[in-house]
Amino acid sequence: MGFLNALPGAIAQGLVWGLMAIGLYISYKILDIADLTVDGSIVTGACVCGILLTNGVNPFVCLIVAFLAGALAGIVTGLSHTLMGIPPILSGILTQLILWSVNLKILGKASLAISSRTYSVLLTSLNNPMAIVVAAAFCAAVIVCLFLFFYTEIGLSVKSTGDNADMSEAQGVNVKFNKVLGLAISNGLVALSGALLAQYQGFVDINMGRGAIVIGLAAIIIGLSVSMKIKPNFVVSLIGVVGGSIAYFLVYTFVIWLGLDSDLLKMLSAIVVMFFLAFPYWKKQYFTKPKIPAEILNAQKNGGGDHA
Amino acid sequence: MLKIKNLYKTFHPNTVNEKRALSNLNLSLNAGDFVTVIGGNGAGKSTMLNAISGVWKPDYGTIEIDGVNVTKLPAYKRAAFLCRVFQDPMKGTAPDMEIAENLAIAARRGSRRRLVWGCTKKERESYKELLAPLGLGLENRLSTKVGLLSGGQRQAVTLLMAALKKPKLLLLDEHTAALDPKTAAKVLEITDKLVTENKLTTLMVTHNMHDAIAYGNRLIMMHEGRVIVDVSGEEKKNLTIEQLLGLFETASGSKFASDRDILSKATK
Repeated sequence: MGFLNALPGAIAQGLVWGLMAIGLYISYKILDIADLTVDGSIVTGACVCGILLTNGVNPFVCLIVAFLAGALAGIVTGLSHTLMGIPPILSGILTQLILWSVNLKILGKASLAISSRTYSVLLTSLNNPMAIVVAAAFCAAVIVCLFLFFYTEIGLSVKSTGDNADMSEAQGVNVKFNKVLGLAISNGLVALSGALLAQYQGFVDINMGRGAIVIGLAAIIIGLSVSMKIKPNFVVSLIGVVGGSIAYFLVYTFVIWLGLDSDLLKMLSAIVVMFFLAFPYWKKQYFTKPKIPAEILNAQKNGGGDHA
Repeated sequence: MLKIKNLYKTFHPNTVNEKRALSNLNLSLNAGDFVTVIGGNGAGKSTMLNAISGVWKPDYGTIEIDGVNVTKLPAYKRAAFLCRVFQDPMKGTAPDMEIAENLAIAARRGSRRRLVWGCTKKERESYKELLAPLGLGLENRLSTKVGLLSGGQRQAVTLLMAALKKPKLLLLDEHTAALDPKTAAKVLEITDKLVTENKLTTLMVTHNMHDAIAYGNRLIMMHEGRVIVDVSGEEKKNLTIEQLLGLFETASGSKFASDRDILSKATK
């Protein structure tokens, strides 16, 4: 397999996962919650879409139902955090485990093939240029919707909830509701991404979500490291996140092409994300140069030492 | 305006750390009252504000604002009636959001948030006019992230947010204590201006007896979870710090110990 031949596939995959990364951005960056539900909700989206498609349902309807199923998963996480007082990270883990069983029940088995020849799908890996257009259109539409939403009264209050919950509550914002709402949107988008992914790759696998959060985080970190330098606003950030996802899959495809053992890929992804997360911390701890006052520098130049 | 009746709150009940923070607290404010609150550490000043703003529910007693019993309302619903400014300048604003966005959030306090534009162009213009009189140069920095401002600037923005949607009751919780003296004086000046101009009913907790006497039309002193001294009008205007300490000693039967050092600094 030539690397160049694999490029369109990598880009298409990057775009589909870009939606997932956008969803994760809402919980991780806006709500300031590391939401592990996504490892389950991405599969939920794929399972719902797969089952409906193979039963002859319109692919657009499949996507909507997948989104709603993911949103429901987000609501479960949100409620177990806000109404049961469970820390968000643990709420996510618990929901993820719930989803494991739910996904198996939806699918009825461990995997399902969705042949693009038998069923009408919106995008397939057999036609990558088309898949790129479709996935890019979805990303663009979602970014526009989110842009509009996060500048409404409700959207701004969701932002402020993640930024400063005390202040938001003092300003009459229903913080608990907003957290649930944010997690619902986030996981809805993740499930939408899963549904598109199922169509693209032509199968659903109960294990396909394992480590999804790491891919999403990698996309966010790569994307923001670039977009923050260009213009630190919301739309540019989201475009950056999708770009980060594409970059991730380009690198992924490249290392596979180099002949790397694919068993090691998850480990490598995690280690890369680990270092990316460590980088800002290290930079602050060890690489911040002390600012020596000019008068001391001058004194040192003029023969050094203080001459009182 | 505000009516607190027989309020009780005990922390860590039935443990060795049991502490009765509010003990039969009664307080009634008239509309437009600007009340300064003083008292030693652990006197219940912040606990009273927590009770009013709904951080937790009191063990016993009722709180009424403008005739509405708010005792059982959650904090975010009480925000329709009141606004609180904290000691920590970081607490009152959202650092990753613009100055204008922070103000826009505050402007919608108490009304249902809808799916319409959250910060309109027209609003931004009006915020410019509101920020200009602060004299901090913020009117040209509407799109600046609040996290980039200094503590004093943030506290000034917080105060403006408090007054933006006129609250029935303004709670100031030692809101100048974390600032340097010069900035604190400036913020107090802004406070006084906003409170008197808008005729806000205000409770201002302070550790500085000098400020407590200089500002407001009424002064209350708390001790062991209740109000022990309550002076207003002419009597308050002519009050001296020595008299205030005398009042405390007769009412509580003990010396006003914890704030002596602050007092000595303030009188110099």
